[in-house]
Amino acid sequence: MELGFGPEYDSFREEVRAFIKAHWPPADGNPKSRENERAFVIAATEAGYMHRSIPKRFGGSEQEPDIIKAEIIREELTKARAPAGRIPGNGLVVPTLLEWGTEEQKERFIAPTLRGDILWAQGFSEPNAGSDLAALRTKAELVGDKWIINGQKIWTTHAHKATHMFCLVRTEPDAPKHQGISYLLVDIRQPGVTVRPLIQMTRQLEFNEVFFDNAETPADMLVGERGKGWNVTRSTLKHERSGIATMTWSLSMFRDLVKLAKEVERDGKPAIQNPRIREELAAIQGELMSLTYSTYRATSHDVHDRDIGRFQTMPKIYMTELAGRIAKLARDIVENDFVDFGGEKLKWIERFMISLSMSIAGGTSNIQRNIIAERSLGLPRDHHGGKAAA
Amino acid sequence: MNFLLSEEQLALVDSLADLLRDNCDAQHVHKMFDTPGDAVIDADLWAQLVAFGLPAIIVPEEHGGLGLQMIDLAIVAETLGAYAAPVPFFGHVLATLAIVLGGSDAQKTKWLPRLAAGDLLATVALGEGKSAWMPDEWTLSAANALSGVKTLVPNAAEADLIVVGVKEGLGLVEKGAAYTVKRSDGADRTRPLDTVTFEGATAELLEGGKDALPKLIDAAAILIAADAFGGAEHCVDMSVDYAKMREQYGTTIAHFQGLRYQLVKMALATEPSRGLYWYAAHAWDAIPEQASHAAAQAKAHLTDTYLQVTRDTVEAHGGIGFTWEHDTHIYMKRAMWDWAWLGSPTRNRLRAADLAGW
Repeated sequence: MELGFGPEYDSFREEVRAFIKAHWPPADGNPKSRENERAFVIAATEAGYMHRSIPKRFGGSEQEPDIIKAEIIREELTKARAPAGRIPGNGLVVPTLLEWGTEEQKERFIAPTLRGDILWAQGFSEPNAGSDLAALRTKAELVGDKWIINGQKIWTTHAHKATHMFCLVRTEPDAPKHQGISYLLVDIRQPGVTVRPLIQMTRQLEFNEVFFDNAETPADMLVGERGKGWNVTRSTLKHERSGIATMTWSLSMFRDLVKLAKEVERDGKPAIQNPRIREELAAIQGELMSLTYSTYRATSHDVHDRDIGRFQTMPKIYMTELAGRIAKLARDIVENDFVDFGGEKLKWIERFMISLSMSIAGGTSNIQRNIIAERSLGLPRDHHGGKAAA
Repeated sequence: MNFLLSEEQLALVDSLADLLRDNCDAQHVHKMFDTPGDAVIDADLWAQLVAFGLPAIIVPEEHGGLGLQMIDLAIVAETLGAYAAPVPFFGHVLATLAIVLGGSDAQKTKWLPRLAAGDLLATVALGEGKSAWMPDEWTLSAANALSGVKTLVPNAAEADLIVVGVKEGLGLVEKGAAYTVKRSDGADRTRPLDTVTFEGATAELLEGGKDALPKLIDAAAILIAADAFGGAEHCVDMSVDYAKMREQYGTTIAHFQGLRYQLVKMALATEPSRGLYWYAAHAWDAIPEQASHAAAQAKAHLTDTYLQVTRDTVEAHGGIGFTWEHDTHIYMKRAMWDWAWLGSPTRNRLRAADLAGW
């Protein structure tokens, strides 16, 4: 049993560190400039540290898959506060195009997407198709060499900034539910598309409603076969799982919480000295350590082709519940500041609410429970004919 | 990164599980549990586990042991916990570890080969009063002859040797010295506990006993956490299996969402905690600066989880789960033992907070 990455990876880590040191912070000392960020991402991609699964001809660095190298790169970038090379907008379209796209689609879209020249929104959910995504009704009809699209999408993250949307639409109205869906790419800067922002309970704007009123997209913007969009999507969602990213996010939120408990006073002493707060903080840390080391265990099992077992389906909901617990303890620490949106503890008020969004976005907690019940515990399929698997 | 068990470790657990499946099934545990009068240890099963090599695991090879690590001992504790094995494993290996960690060469040579071979049975006497488990809370002294009371001592009545926590560190008290043992009417009849009253007993201090204390306490915490994981996982499996079999309203109750979510909650509390106890064991072996904190966290989290999961197990089974003849109460009582020994989750969390430097 070993927790480090082993000597063969130490030299790789040194290389990554040296690269970052030479390129970040930028020479002009401005880490916020978009130009600097762009230059860094290009250099890091050339060095093989970013967009590793994407072929060079589409702007990636085409490296052998290695989750440990990927983790080392991520750790070192985080430590140096360097740009992480995340694809701006919704990057899930890239692995989908790599797997299902035509050569022309790949050439036209992937490189500009990596550069941020094309920004994607994901058009999946609809008012009546949430957890039951395959119930979607937005329809597209092939008229001549164009798809004509009518209907509505909702919860469309960043649609107000996006240039394009990858979306699921019903193209075969007479086919069974899952077999009538196609995956289309649409330029949403056109008169037939209306984007209406939805303000979140945090007052932030992240998602939108998107209305299609005879919107158009060329016939060759179909990804995969007509009527097979559900399969295209399912294979994309596999790319989404990244336990380590989940864990890192929780760790940083917990570090913030400890800092808060040390800074805020309660009865003339730092709140962290209050026994109840101290105990709850330790209890949260116990769960966080469980998540952390089970994630390391899962990663090690992945690398060695061993079955991860029950934990496989658990990180998302575990993390969701942990985030809620962290947010509630922060509430207990800040006390009256909890009701002041204009105060300096706004970040924690927002987190109190945002932690709830985690129980909804990307598969609700109840759907996660169904997945755990069926896949991890082997309980029979749910009565209602729903597919627990997103 | 290799945060997984080796082939040898998987084989160790597999063969131990085979042995227990054959010799320690639920019916057997009930029989031992229901032995009339004072709770007893299962001497036959212990003899088989001795022959299997359990007491030798943590003893260095030069003293007749296998020279393995805490993680090996912990996965063994997990397996014993899953089967609710009524054996004196915990006290014996902790006493052995105390001598491995704190004994002089002469003390090691004298005791370790016999402890590794299971020729002698040993135990540890650490706790005092209501919940004084940590060395700085101990009041007994071995400066002269040893006097005073130690509580929740595992199988002291059967032990040939007791390692006693004292102000000066750790003292060895042999059978026949001036002490009396009173067996408690303990909830967990698979692991009998005694109150030991020392009345001027002869005690030999372990040469490095004081320095060995933190590692010994951590080892106790880790082994309890591992037992808790084994027991909790068994309870989850038992409840899931029952749901798939039990029929009501014309179908198995596994179809009912209320129960499904309850089972998911149990699994979600249990499965991820495996990583925490593995880490605590691994830190004991390889990351000394993190070991005490990880051990306190593991003990707090796993025993808290185990006790709750046994409560959930009763609910998942309905009426039958509340009966003496069902297995659940045996696991609940082991969970109660794990909860109390070495201090409650609250105490261990506050200790972890201190160790984190908060």
